[in-house]
Amino acid sequence: MMNNLSVNHLLGIKYLNKKDINIIFNTADNFKKIINQPIKKVPSLRDVTIANLFFENSTRTKLSFEIAEKRLSADVINFASAASSVKKGESLLDTVNNILAMKVDVVVMRHPNPGASVFLSRNINSSIINAGDGTHEHPTQALLDAYSIREKFGEVASKKVVIIGDVLHSRVALSNIFCLKMLGAKVALCGPLTLMPKYLDDLGVHYFSNLKEALKWCDIANVLRIQLERQDVQLFPSLREYANVYGINTDVLESLKKEITIMHPGPINRGVELTSDVADSHHSLILDQVENGVAIRMAVLYLLSNKSN
Amino acid sequence: MSDRREILNKKQIDIILKRLCHQLIENHNDFSDTVIVSLLPRGKHVARRIVTKLENFLGHTINYGEIDSSFYRDDLRRHSEPIIPHKMKMNISVDDKHVVIIDDVLYTGRSVRSAIDALMPFGRPKSIELLVFIDRRLSRHLPIQPDYVGKVVDSIDSEKVVVNIDANDGDDNILILKS
Repeated sequence: MMNNLSVNHLLGIKYLNKKDINIIFNTADNFKKIINQPIKKVPSLRDVTIANLFFENSTRTKLSFEIAEKRLSADVINFASAASSVKKGESLLDTVNNILAMKVDVVVMRHPNPGASVFLSRNINSSIINAGDGTHEHPTQALLDAYSIREKFGEVASKKVVIIGDVLHSRVALSNIFCLKMLGAKVALCGPLTLMPKYLDDLGVHYFSNLKEALKWCDIANVLRIQLERQDVQLFPSLREYANVYGINTDVLESLKKEITIMHPGPINRGVELTSDVADSHHSLILDQVENGVAIRMAVLYLLSNKSN
Repeated sequence: MSDRREILNKKQIDIILKRLCHQLIENHNDFSDTVIVSLLPRGKHVARRIVTKLENFLGHTINYGEIDSSFYRDDLRRHSEPIIPHKMKMNISVDDKHVVIIDDVLYTGRSVRSAIDALMPFGRPKSIELLVFIDRRLSRHLPIQPDYVGKVVDSIDSEKVVVNIDANDGDDNILILKS
C-alpha cells in the first residue's frame, strides 16, 4: 500500500492529487478520535521541531497549528514578524535560514505575499506548510472544509457548494475551488461582480449574482468575510448595502423550503455576511470546522514530517 | 526460492482457540470486570473468534475493543513511508478494569509496548495481560512475555510466520515462510 504523499511540502491544493487528499482525510479520521480521548496527546513527532512563522496576523490558524503540533508532541517555536528583525530589514530567506540553522524540521508559514511559500520551498530543505500566502492559497483550510463536508454528508462528490462573498481577495476560496472540484463537487460563486476574480470560466465554476438563486441551487454555502484590509479601492457601496443584498439571515433560509448547511472559515463579521442567529443555528458547521482543523493539521504534519527525515 | 510449511491446520487451531477461552474464563470468571482489546490490524481476527466463543460459553456479551498503536510506535519516522493507522473501535473505558490484549504473533515485543501506551488514554487499567496466538520466543527485543499462548514457535529472523485466521470461522492455517 502506498501511503506517501506525492509532495514534500504543502504549498497549495493545486500541487496535490486526489489520492493525497484521501490519505490526509484517512489519517485525520484517526487524529479526530485521538483529540476526543481523555488524553489527547500522542508521541508521534517527539523528535521533530516545527517553526510557526507568521508574517501576517492570525488567531485561528496559528492556534490550530500550534495545538496540532503540541498534540503530536513536537517541539514548537513561534515567530511573529511584528516583534522580529524583519522590521529591521532582514529578507525572508535570511530570516528563515537563521531559524533553520537552529535545526528545524518543518516550517509552517503565513505570509502576505502570494507565492512566498513556493519561493521558500525552492531555497531550503525543510518541509514547508503554507498557512496562507496573500490572496493565493490556504490549503489546510480547504482540506478541513472538504473534510467537514465529507464528515456530514459521507462524501464530497456531487455535492453542490456555493462560495459567497469576497472571492477576489480570498485564498480560502481559491484553495476550496481546487479541492472541491478535485473531489468531484459542483462549485459556484456568488457575490458582487467586483469581488469576483477574473477568468471565472477557467476555474470551471458557475456564477450567481443573486443570493437567493445561489442558495436554492446549493447543498452547502461557504460564506466568506469581506476583507476590507485587502481592498484599496471601493468595490461596493457600503457594508450595510452588502449585508442587505448578500447577507444571510433566517428569513432568507426559511424562504428556501429546504435545509442547507452554512460554513464559514472565520473570523465572522456578524451582521454583515451572516446574522448571529444563522451563525449559531443548527445549519452551521462553523465549530465543527474548527475542531476538524486540528485533526487535518495533525494529519498534514504527521505525513510531511516523515519526508523531512 | 520460497518454502512454505504448515504448522497448524484448521482443526488444531480450533482446539487451541477453545483452550485459550477456557484459560481466560479460569482467570476472569464472567468477564464483568474485564475488557478484551485486540491490536489492529492483525490481532482482531484472533480476538473476534475468541470473543465469539467466550460469549457462547458464557451466554452474555463481553466488553471488547480494537486499538491501533501506530502513533505510539518507536519506529514511526524510520520508514520511507508514513504508517497509516487503522480505524479504532474503542468505545469503552478501561479504567479500573482487567485488560487482555490480543495479538496474532508476538515477535520483538515492540508492538505490544506501543499497544500498552495506546491503551492508557482510555483509563488506568487494574491490570493488563497479553494473549498471543503465536509466540516467536527467540526474537524478543524487549522484556515482554505473554500470559496466554496458542503455540510457541522457534524460528529465525529470515522466516515469516503467517497467521491465517478468519474472524468468521473460514479457512484457517498457520504457515512458516522461508525466503
